[in-house]
Amino acid sequence: MIRLKDVEKTYDNGTEALRGISFGIEDGEFVFLVGPSGSGKSTIIKLLTGEILPSSGRIMINGFSMSNISDRQIPYMRRTIGVIFQDFRLIGKKTVYDNLALAMRAVGASSKEIRSRIPYVLELVGLSGKEDRYPDELSGGEQQRVAIARALVNNPSTIVADEPTGNLDPGRSLEIMTLLERINALGTTVVVVTHEKGLVNHFDKRVIMIDAGVVAGDGVGTYEV
Amino acid sequence: MKHNVKYFFREGAGNMLSHSFMSFAAIGVTVACLLIMGTFSLVAYNANENLKDMQKENAILAFVDETLSDTEARALQPMVEGVDGVADCTFVTREEAKEAYIEQFDEDDLYSGVDASVFRHRYVIHLKDKADMDQVAEQVEQVEGIAKIRADHAISNGFITLRNIAGVISVALIAILLIISVFIISNTIKLTTFDRRDEIAIMKMVGATDSFIRWPFVYEGLLLGLSGAAIAFGLQWLLYEAIAKGIENSDTLQLINVSPFGGIWAPVLCAFILVGILVGVGGSLTAIRKFLRV
Repeated sequence: MIRLKDVEKTYDNGTEALRGISFGIEDGEFVFLVGPSGSGKSTIIKLLTGEILPSSGRIMINGFSMSNISDRQIPYMRRTIGVIFQDFRLIGKKTVYDNLALAMRAVGASSKEIRSRIPYVLELVGLSGKEDRYPDELSGGEQQRVAIARALVNNPSTIVADEPTGNLDPGRSLEIMTLLERINALGTTVVVVTHEKGLVNHFDKRVIMIDAGVVAGDGVGTYEV
Repeated sequence: MKHNVKYFFREGAGNMLSHSFMSFAAIGVTVACLLIMGTFSLVAYNANENLKDMQKENAILAFVDETLSDTEARALQPMVEGVDGVADCTFVTREEAKEAYIEQFDEDDLYSGVDASVFRHRYVIHLKDKADMDQVAEQVEQVEGIAKIRADHAISNGFITLRNIAGVISVALIAILLIISVFIISNTIKLTTFDRRDEIAIMKMVGATDSFIRWPFVYEGLLLGLSGAAIAFGLQWLLYEAIAKGIENSDTLQLINVSPFGGIWAPVLCAFILVGILVGVGGSLTAIRKFLRV
C-alpha cells in the first residue's frame, strides 16, 4: 500500500517539484502516473524508491514511513519494490541469468533459492531458454523483459515502472504493458509512469494525472490533457 | 543476512584480476613498504641483540688504586654499586685477574710465572642500559679508591647509534610507506568501484545493504594486502639470509652477530600479515566510504 499526504519536495537549487501531493494506491492496484515533462512524475518515483526524501508531508510505502525512515531501513523498504527503468539498466557483461542472480544475491538469497526462482521468473516474462544470452544479444523488448524479471525476482509487493516503453516501438510497448498487466493479475501492485496517451487509453486502468507538482486528475479511464 | 565468504572472496578476487596492472602496482608498493619496514626493524633488532651480548660480555672495568689493601679494595663495593645506572658489580682480586688473563691469552704459558702484583684489584661492572656507559664510567671514576676505568665506548656507541638510527628511520619510513600503500590500494579499489558503479547502483536499488556491497571490496583489499605480505616475507627471508652470509664471510664485520632467521621468522610473518591486513582493509574502506554515501 502506498500513501502520499500533502507531500512537498523542493530541491536544493530551489526548484519546487511537488507542491502538496496526496493520493493513495491500494495493494493489487494497477495505476498509470501521467503528466507532461517537468510535472513532477520523476520526483514521485525517486520518493517511492527512497532515492530522495520529502521536504514535508507524509509518505507510507508498504509499511515504511519515508518521512522518518533511517538509512539502515531503506534497503529493507526497497526490497518491497521492484523498479523498472526506460533504459533497462542491465549489466552488459553479465548473462540474463547472472543479471537476475545479482539481484537475488544482493538480498542474501542462497544458491539453491536462486537456481529454483530464476527459471520460474524467466518463464513468467517469456524468456525461457535465454538464460545464457548477454543483454546486447537481445532485442529492446527482450531486454525490458529481463529488467521486469529482475524487478520481480525478489518477489516484491509493488512494481514501479518509470517510462518502461520509452525505448520500444508500439508493438513491443503493448507487449510489455500486457506483461505488466499479467503480473498485476497475479497480485502485485503496479505503478507505471508514462506519457504515452495511446498506451494508457488502451488499458482501462486508474490514471493519476500530475501537472506542475500537483494532482491534476485521478480516475479510471483515459488520459486526457 | 548470512556472511557468504565464498561469494565475497570470489567477487574480491575477480575485482583484483579485473585491474591486474593496478593490482600489481598495489601489491608492489605493499611489498616495498613491508620489505623496507622489515629490513630496518631487523637491523634495529640485531643491533639491540648485539648490545645485549656486549652488556653480558663487555662490562666496564674499574681498577682499584694499587696502594689499597685487599680489605680496603673490597670495601669500595657498596659505593660502586650505589652509582646510578649500575646493574651489578663483582669484585675481582689480583690473583683471579691473573688467572683469567692467562686462561684467555697465554696459550704458550709464558705468564704463569708472573707475580699477581702486576695486576690490580678490579670491579667488573654491568650496566642497566648500555647507552649510559659514559656517565656511569665518569661517576665510578669519581669514587675514591678507583684509579682507572676501561670501557668499550666506541663499539657500544656504534651499536647504540645503529639501533637508534634504524629505529628512527624505520618509524619514519613505515609511516610514509604505509600512507602510500593505503593510497595506492585505495585508488585500485576506486577503479573497481567505478567500473562496477552500475552494478552497485542496481544492488542498492533492489535492496542490498551497504555492508553487502562493501564486503567484496574489503576482500579485494585484504587479498592485495595479504599477497603483498606473502611476497614481502619471502623476499625478506632471502635478503636476510644473503646479508647474514655476507657478514659471516666478511673480514671486518665478523664482530657483528646476526640472529638466525629461523628463530625470528614467526614474529616477522605475523607483523607482515598484520600490516598487510591493515593496509589492505584500510585502503578498501577509504575507497568505498564515499561511494556508499550516495
